[in-house]
Amino acid sequence: MGDLIQTIIAKYNYWIYITLMMIGLYAMIAKNNLVKKIVGMGIFQTAIILFYVSIGAKRGATIPILEHGHGEQGHEISSHMVHAVDYINPLPHVLMLTAIVVAVATLGVALALAIRVYNRYNTLEEDEILEQIREK
Amino acid sequence: MKVIGFIIAVLTGGLLIYATVDFPEWADPASPASMHVSPHYIEKTMEETSVPNIVTAVLADYRGYDTMFETAVIFSAGVVCFLLLRIFLRNAPEERLYRHVLTGVTIRIKRGGRLPYSEDFKRIDTLWTPHDLIIKTISRLLIPFIQLFGLYVIAHGHHSPGGGFQGGVILGASIILLAISYDLRTALRRIREKVDAILCAAGVFIYAGTGALCLLLGFNFLDYSALASVLHVDPVTARSHGILIVEIGVGITVMATMIWIYKNLASTGKYDEGL
Amino acid sequence: MIWQLDLAILTLVVICGIGAITVKDLLGAAILFGAYSFMMCLLWSIMGAVDVSFTEASVGAGVSTVFFIAAVFRTTRRTKD
Repeated sequence: MGDLIQTIIAKYNYWIYITLMMIGLYAMIAKNNLVKKIVGMGIFQTAIILFYVSIGAKRGATIPILEHGHGEQGHEISSHMVHAVDYINPLPHVLMLTAIVVAVATLGVALALAIRVYNRYNTLEEDEILEQIREK
Repeated sequence: MKVIGFIIAVLTGGLLIYATVDFPEWADPASPASMHVSPHYIEKTMEETSVPNIVTAVLADYRGYDTMFETAVIFSAGVVCFLLLRIFLRNAPEERLYRHVLTGVTIRIKRGGRLPYSEDFKRIDTLWTPHDLIIKTISRLLIPFIQLFGLYVIAHGHHSPGGGFQGGVILGASIILLAISYDLRTALRRIREKVDAILCAAGVFIYAGTGALCLLLGFNFLDYSALASVLHVDPVTARSHGILIVEIGVGITVMATMIWIYKNLASTGKYDEGL
Repeated sequence: MIWQLDLAILTLVVICGIGAITVKDLLGAAILFGAYSFMMCLLWSIMGAVDVSFTEASVGAGVSTVFFIAAVFRTTRRTKD
């Protein structure tokens, strides 16, 4: 029992991120309205980005901007030794910056498609659209 | 469908939770993600590129190939929205509404009629008419400062959080604020459609052009130390200036794309009346 | 890395997420999605990812919410689901 409590305390944040991802996945599959599906896609994307960024955190480290760099003469400061332990891992941040901007581009295209569907079928509910397609 | 969706979500969630048992402890400095390449980035950024912001240096210099294709993705999203929605109207709309500015009287002109141009009548939208003096005045005062802040974020990306994307989005948001507080036709007069589309492509061209310039000077593609002979500085400072040039390109593309997508979405392609 | 603040904001994030897909008004769903994006931005600031947090604040809580509201304005606001 003490072992289970230990596991929960160490890993609870990963489980909450997985819960968020599953909320987004459920909304994409089960909801009828097209805009609700797009909201579910957005929730899924930001939950994955949250999970990825949390991998790079380090205990007792500071943000990944070098402290001695400001105001110095550029690059002749090799006397200051920079330790990788003091700074948070910057690699997940770089990859997730790309992911956020691609997410907003995808959102724009998805909303343009939803507006076109509404102009053609005059409704945004998926079952009504399928009915109109079947009876043509 | 809802039951199937619920079962799928629960099963996938269970599999993922089972997989997290093997994960390293959170915020552990010795986790495998922080072991192999990232110590090299953290320790060598200052002496190789002289840019204190490690995220900007990795984004635009060490992983610059990735960022170039991301800029192309944003550009293609703008083009797709344009291709899906844009309609070039051949004939005038059904009815137009004009409001007399001083008294508030509204007149309606059907198709075929014409109102001679005069300063007293302003065109208003049929669906939603913003007519609030406070919002107009505050927006008109604030928009230049928002644009100044956006330019600052692009230029100061070397020393503080920021860079090309954030500054470009802030610049685009200032024009969207103009469209919301006045009306869409005011924003269309400020940034015409052709200028918008050309700016979108110009940003990608600046980024790829810098890489090709480095290739022409004899170095690798996107190796900014080749610019040392063009700018007359030493190679490390040339890398810092190369990062600034590509960030400007990214900022231009992001700004133009955000404005373009908003215009197409808010007016469903007709560019006539909108949000 | 204050874990109490982390846990409180995570609870708010889950509540905003469940709310955004449950309300019957599409404009309310768009606004709740904007609030969800802003809570994510706070989470990343706590974890030390300042560049990602800046981008999410401007893109997610700014431009993305405006796109949603423009699309809801042009289609319909009611939904049965």
